[in-house]
Amino acid sequence: MARDRDPGREIVPAVQKLRIQHAKRDRLRFTSHRDFQRAFERALKRAGVPMAYSAGFSPHPKISYANAAPTGVASEAEYVEIGVVKVVDPDKLLAVLDEVLPPGLDVLAVVEARTPDFVARLEASHWRIELPGTSVETLEQALAAFMSESEVLVDRLTKSGIRTFDARTAVIRANVEMGSDCAILQVVVRHGVPAVRPDDVLAALKKVADFAQEIPPRVTRLAQGPLLEDGWSVGDPFTLDREATQA
Amino acid sequence: MTVQSVFPALEQLLPRVQKPVQYVGGELNAVVKPWEDATVRWCLMYPDAYEVGIPNQGVQILYEVLNERADTLCERTYAVWPDLEKLMRENGVPQFTVDAHRPVGAFDALGVSFSTELGYTNMLTAIDLAGVPLHAVDRDETHPLVIAGGHAAFNPEAISMFIDGAVLGDGEQAVLAITDIIADFKAQGSPGGRDELLMRLAKSGVMYVPAFYDVEYLEDGRIRRVSPNRPGVPWRVAKHTVMDLDEWPYPKAPLVPIAESVHERMSVEIFRGCTRGCRFCQAGMITRPVRERSMTTIADMVANGLEKTGYEEIGLLSLSSADHSEIAEIAKGLADRYEDSQTSLSLPSTRVDAFNIDLANELSRNGRRSGLTFAPEGGSERIRKVINKMVTEEDLIRTVTAAYASGWRQVKLYFMCGLPTEEDEDVLQIARLAHEVIKAGREASGRKDIRCTVSIGGFVPKPHTPFQWAAQLDHETTDSRLYKLRDAIRQDREFGKSIGVRYHDGKPGVVEGLLSRGDRRVGKVIEQVWRDGQRFDGWSEHFSYDRWMAAAEIAFADEPVDVNWYTIRERELSEVLAWDHLDSGLDKEWLWDDWQDALSEVEVDDCRWTPCFDCGVCDHMGTEIQVGPTNAVMLPMPVIPSRVVANSGA
Repeated sequence: MARDRDPGREIVPAVQKLRIQHAKRDRLRFTSHRDFQRAFERALKRAGVPMAYSAGFSPHPKISYANAAPTGVASEAEYVEIGVVKVVDPDKLLAVLDEVLPPGLDVLAVVEARTPDFVARLEASHWRIELPGTSVETLEQALAAFMSESEVLVDRLTKSGIRTFDARTAVIRANVEMGSDCAILQVVVRHGVPAVRPDDVLAALKKVADFAQEIPPRVTRLAQGPLLEDGWSVGDPFTLDREATQA
Repeated sequence: MTVQSVFPALEQLLPRVQKPVQYVGGELNAVVKPWEDATVRWCLMYPDAYEVGIPNQGVQILYEVLNERADTLCERTYAVWPDLEKLMRENGVPQFTVDAHRPVGAFDALGVSFSTELGYTNMLTAIDLAGVPLHAVDRDETHPLVIAGGHAAFNPEAISMFIDGAVLGDGEQAVLAITDIIADFKAQGSPGGRDELLMRLAKSGVMYVPAFYDVEYLEDGRIRRVSPNRPGVPWRVAKHTVMDLDEWPYPKAPLVPIAESVHERMSVEIFRGCTRGCRFCQAGMITRPVRERSMTTIADMVANGLEKTGYEEIGLLSLSSADHSEIAEIAKGLADRYEDSQTSLSLPSTRVDAFNIDLANELSRNGRRSGLTFAPEGGSERIRKVINKMVTEEDLIRTVTAAYASGWRQVKLYFMCGLPTEEDEDVLQIARLAHEVIKAGREASGRKDIRCTVSIGGFVPKPHTPFQWAAQLDHETTDSRLYKLRDAIRQDREFGKSIGVRYHDGKPGVVEGLLSRGDRRVGKVIEQVWRDGQRFDGWSEHFSYDRWMAAAEIAFADEPVDVNWYTIRERELSEVLAWDHLDSGLDKEWLWDDWQDALSEVEVDDCRWTPCFDCGVCDHMGTEIQVGPTNAVMLPMPVIPSRVVANSGA
């Protein structure tokens, strides 16, 4: 029927953009980015969101995804922007979208987009890495060795083969805490190309120190956003949009 | 006794396997009930990878029907890939459900749905990983009943030593009847244990219990007789037929996975059964009679399903969807209703006639017309008479001409190789047919970029069809015919570049043939090949013909039979077939007459439009054809106010 539209067909332009913060929790942390995209698009349909669609033979809903956390990593700070053809109430969108998404994919905040360059504002991520079976002492020693280096090269298998890059410079701040059954590494990583991910940091620790991790770590992205004045705290990327809305 | 989730242990393994999301569940519309609240606990399995199993309609329907009962809970499990199987064995993690990650071994019943025989080895993996003894005879009260269903259950003899029972036919009412029997039995304190429960099930006729039947053999390997070994057990076990599909509008809340699946659409079954009488088609034979769902119920199921799932595509399912008595009204009504949405409709099975093109055009209104698929099945006019696929070359050319003229760019044609009485020439006719298709298409469309793809696979004779007596073509001859066809198309200088050929080699068909017409002795082959590591037989990268043949060599060492005996041997009327005690309603003599008609190239009509020709089903099963038209009208959809738009008052 109407899926593959004639390109000459009328396209209704977006009248509003909304930015959505959502979490990826518990067992749904194993969703890949593509899985999430499908689930999210279907949720928008079920929620009756008046999505704007792209032109062309295969119209796509206007959705931009930013810096998705890797498969298997939980997150409290994933961000999506959507374009709609009727003005949507952000609070209603939050409530209805959260209701139709499965538990574990939870909507945390929605703002109307009032400012440009949102993705550029996502300067850094704060990761919490739980390491079951590792002692605080071992982790502290490994971290100290890592931080004392100016560069630690790690390898990562990408679609285009093995890529070698520095995992140290991007790490702005890191510290070790004690958890109930694990040592916890808290780390703030500046976004760059290629993005240094939590598993790259762990690979770097293994490289510089006698540090083995048998049990898979449990990783959560706690925050993602602009670096604040202290140079290492991660702020809320929605602050500017909220201020613009109130002004 | 409560049952713990195995998820904490499984979670440790998931970062180490491919596509972990397929094991975590969390589908939209999935149901998790408290363990203690249920009297009867079912686990349903589709014995293939999650991405193949999750869209399966049979499992989704029964899952919902069972969970609607207050005293019952139902969860699902799927085949785990070898990477996870290995880790589960190393770490002592049992086969689990994806709903609440409960161990499969703790359920009362494990229902396994077999669309094809290629899931048998995966069932063995699941039973074994669940900690349940592989052989039914070794199980006790603490183990679930293992019950086979689906089309392959019409001859479950090859897996009879691994299953406790098999249900033939439609499952909706059967699972409820089984649940009643289990609930009563448990309420009475399980008197007489597992044996008594199986006796109650067998006596009721709801389920075939292989253990209560003995099979005797003749010296030459043929079956002498199959007979009940307990009083009160029926000589023949009959299939179940749901009448009035409008009363069973399931699934009402289709499962929507987070992981990607092979069917990213919502399916609505528009009728069950088919009486076209294609002689190769087991589905058409065992699902008789035709029972249509009404246009009104179909429209309601589509509207409800879209709202509950968020899918953008709807498939109107059946064995031959264009044959619904009101398909034109349904297509137009749905096309009108969803004209301004991003929703698309598809009709997966297509018929070779011009009406079908009108239908396809309606469904692709405003849209791009990419490809249409037709299934002439046989390459020559003669062989199409043998298989009772009543399509003339003229029909086909007229149909594809109409398709290309209405803007369709690609036509796919499905064929089979190895049909009874087939010669090389019958298959080579496909090359000529494809040539004529392109020629007609270029004339009709005035374009040179139109294409035709020929897809061809080996034919496997199936139980409960007129071809159940036929000799399967050996894989060497199958392959050589396919190569000859491929070469003939390549040598077509005029249009060869516009014709694509896709073919499947004949070896997997040999194993399918062994399993589908197998008897109890074939079970030893399945166990052997599984012990040798065979899994996921439907996947070419996992299927090993050599491993199967080596296993058969060992398993048949002391038997007067071998793989060829089961596959390429033609049977006679007097032979007792392994599935003769399983009743599909089809009269064996009618099937034999139809087989003789096939050999004489005599066609038979569709009983929907001509008088009954006594196939036996309706008489024997107390069923009847249910077709429209209902002359109902599909009204436009009411506009539902958005809950998120500002100032909409919600």
